[in-house]
Amino acid sequence: MLDTAYNVETPEGIDLRAQAAGPVPRILAYAVDVFYRSLILAALGIALAFADRAGVGIWLLCSFLLEWFYPVFFEVVRGGQTPGKKAFGLMVVNDNLTPISWSASLLRNLLRFADFLPFGYAAGTIAMTLNRDFRRLGDLAAGTLVVYRQQNSSERSLPQAAPLAPPRGLLMQDQLAIISLAERHRDLSEARQRELAELLQPVTGKSGRDGLHYLHAVGNWLLGGK
Amino acid sequence: MKQQDFEQRYGESWQRLEQWLRTGDTDSDRPAPDLPVAYRSLCQQLAVAKERQYTNQLIERLNQLVMAAHHRVYRQQTLRRNTWVRYLLAGFPRAVREQIRYVWLAAALFVLPALVMGIGSYHNDALIYAVMSPEQVLQFESMYDPGNDVMGRERGSDSDLQMFGFYIKNNIGIAFRTFAAGILFGLGSIFFLVFNGVYLGAVFGHITRVGFTTTFYPFVIGHGAFELTAIVLAGAAGLRLGQSLIDPGGHRRPAALRLASIEAMKIVYGTFLMLVVAAFLEAFWSSSTELGVGVRVAVGSIFWLLVFAYFALAGRGGNPEGEARHGS
Repeated sequence: MLDTAYNVETPEGIDLRAQAAGPVPRILAYAVDVFYRSLILAALGIALAFADRAGVGIWLLCSFLLEWFYPVFFEVVRGGQTPGKKAFGLMVVNDNLTPISWSASLLRNLLRFADFLPFGYAAGTIAMTLNRDFRRLGDLAAGTLVVYRQQNSSERSLPQAAPLAPPRGLLMQDQLAIISLAERHRDLSEARQRELAELLQPVTGKSGRDGLHYLHAVGNWLLGGK
Repeated sequence: MKQQDFEQRYGESWQRLEQWLRTGDTDSDRPAPDLPVAYRSLCQQLAVAKERQYTNQLIERLNQLVMAAHHRVYRQQTLRRNTWVRYLLAGFPRAVREQIRYVWLAAALFVLPALVMGIGSYHNDALIYAVMSPEQVLQFESMYDPGNDVMGRERGSDSDLQMFGFYIKNNIGIAFRTFAAGILFGLGSIFFLVFNGVYLGAVFGHITRVGFTTTFYPFVIGHGAFELTAIVLAGAAGLRLGQSLIDPGGHRRPAALRLASIEAMKIVYGTFLMLVVAAFLEAFWSSSTELGVGVRVAVGSIFWLLVFAYFALAGRGGNPEGEARHGS
């Protein structure tokens, strides 16, 4: 299946699911991080300009730390998100979807250099396109991956329609289709919903607004509305 | 059971758990739920919801809740007290001895080109210009010219700090790159080892030829014990990564790489510490000209002996498994 879903079975027998993040949002997130890092270095450079040679030493030290450990710090301390990743709703996790550990984060960020070779993250991008979960070399070695952080979904809302019992002999998949139509009544435009309801006109015997209303009502009933 | 009844029955406990996961342990007013129990029953509810084909929105919500709880339950707490002490006393030298084949290989890849280039540029004046521009050569020569009172640069304590920053950024960067590039089937590590060997050999040969031995050797011998060995060890760790991809043995390549990187990282932590020591020595000790040449050469030689003794002897005896169990 051509899909970015990533499933893990926990010891409790539950399938956890996450969406692996592809190269484009990750490159953008990286660009944001580079921007922040340069900003910090520039600010430090100005602040330390008065400290002369000692200042240069401290600046070099800081630039070393920022170059190699900036992502490590944020990934471990801030729940897998550097500021750039946070901006794009990404997070790094171990491949069993647990929070990333120090050693894994260190490894994946040390190997960033190999991903960068020969220029502009070419090796990393090629590696990402060659495996299912968009892992660069560092991710492969450290056993990590970058996934989308899921947004907390808003409360469910159901269409305003008094529940109506469905006709007999409705198959499971038909029920599911009707339920999901009711569930998505906010996300789909009115016209599109009516168009979908129209397809069932031979079955429901109703068309236009009535047909849609009827399907909403059945959906409510199937969800347990009384 | 219809979905809405199901939601009604468990909704409150989900909300409580969601609330607690959001605020975390910091909120002392709210009693912490018994997390493992709450997590297990949540897993069961998710399984039931999936089995009964409840709506995607509900399953999505439960899935998120399970994930958040999963993160809490399976949070890894790796850093124990004493871990670092044990690593320094035994873990690091043991890891190096376990990978000794790669260490020797990396050492050969570093030392042999250095020897060839060193002997070559000792006998041939022009050879060093094959790897360096004339300005760089001049700079090296002026740095180690015994005619200078202070060595090369004007050294005060503030410029010591400057050089410390430089050595940290430069040398540790080289070691990290030497390691990381090893994942490209070992080729990157080989390249960096040979390249640094050639470069170093050229400088050694040329400076010896020019006759600045009394300033050069006392300078390099002290921190070299840590710096050069660390570069070799970083290369060895990189070769270990590359080898796992070339010959994964009984595993698939990704799995072999994972296993190899665990072994390799044990060495990389140590090289990082060694290079910090080296940068410290290089900036604050090697360059001090107050101590006589003899003293510095003697201390430098002792460093070399200590480093080799450390890797040869430290952490021998005592079953590592038993010790780990005892310590935990």
